[in-house]
Amino acid sequence: MTGAPAIKAINLVKIYQSGGVPVPAVRGIDMRVESGEFVAIMGPSGSGKSTLVHMLGGLDVRTSGEIWLDGTRADTLSESGWALLRRQKVGFVFQFFNLVANMTIADNVELPALLGGASPRQARERREYLLGELGLTERAAAAPAQLSGGEQQRVALARALANQPRLLLADEPTGNLDSRNTKDVLRLLSDVHKKGQTIVLVTHDARVASMADRVVSLLDGEVVDDGALPRTRRRPMGTVGDVVELRG
Amino acid sequence: MRLPLLALLAKEPAHGYELKHALEKTFGDAYPSPNIGQIYVTLGRLEKDGFVRAVDVEQVNRPNKKVYYLTATGREKLDDWVDEPTEGPRVRDEFFMKLVLAPLTGIADRMTLVNRQRRHYLSLMRDLNELAERTDPENRVALLLIEGAMLHLQADLDWLERCQEELP
Repeated sequence: MTGAPAIKAINLVKIYQSGGVPVPAVRGIDMRVESGEFVAIMGPSGSGKSTLVHMLGGLDVRTSGEIWLDGTRADTLSESGWALLRRQKVGFVFQFFNLVANMTIADNVELPALLGGASPRQARERREYLLGELGLTERAAAAPAQLSGGEQQRVALARALANQPRLLLADEPTGNLDSRNTKDVLRLLSDVHKKGQTIVLVTHDARVASMADRVVSLLDGEVVDDGALPRTRRRPMGTVGDVVELRG
Repeated sequence: MRLPLLALLAKEPAHGYELKHALEKTFGDAYPSPNIGQIYVTLGRLEKDGFVRAVDVEQVNRPNKKVYYLTATGREKLDDWVDEPTEGPRVRDEFFMKLVLAPLTGIADRMTLVNRQRRHYLSLMRDLNELAERTDPENRVALLLIEGAMLHLQADLDWLERCQEELP
């Protein structure tokens, strides 16, 4: 442990070329995430939030600026250098799962742990814990195509956490989930966060964002707000039930 | 609170404390517990309007207690309430007024207002999360009430985002 921040981004810029026209998606973002911190990124669609986390995970190449992960400069890495760094340190949950189609759910989840150097027994135990927490124990032997979208998304989260990565990056991890399944995901995120997991995720789901230590809001590729959530002022005799008011 | 009390009395006659307990038991922590004073004041008004009547029931060694029951008019009032569609949720118009008017007067800029409001909604959401955690998983009524409040908050946040996009 070096005490270096989990993420440090300096003046990060991403400009896409669309038919010869430059389209700026991220316009100079500075960001620092401490080890063990849980940061939620919010903003309207097109505000650059997905592009930002993709760059932080090396899945999209930055146009300019610097990215430091765990004290190591990462933006100058080659594709294979990024792949190695991700395998060692980063778990990523995509909006569209990217599960390996011809492997069982269990193998999908165990694979990153095995690649990361875990023993088969450790990998199996970790997989059993994660699938159990997400209510997917009975689906372990199934193929991804046999699962609903919501189930696949939870498998993608389990896979990202299999290797106990230093950093969990996620893009809308509850985007395809109904309320009940979202609850399982929230519980797991809260659980791993309490155990020290650093989490940076993009979400429009207020339930997810409200669990974060800090919320960063983007608009047009820039940070417009960044801060911890205030504690609500409670009326002296009140309960949180006061926020729920019935008519009648 | 008038109509919920009429509804409880339609089930069976009750005195004030019984009504208070029935509300608490049904809605759990998700409903701000009414104090007994409010309940008696409401019952008094309902009685004046002819929707309920009270009878004194003698008790040994204690003052008489008033047991309330629903009248025919009260029953009609309750039927009307149940039969008519309920107003949709109000739009957060007070915040919207601020958002539209404050910048015109130079009191505040929109970005600051939107950011502050977003943080406020998210901290309310966190309170609701904590409330849901503390609520008895068997109390479906309370949990649904909380979930409803969460969905409303989510809509408020989505709308806030739209305001931020559309208003310069």
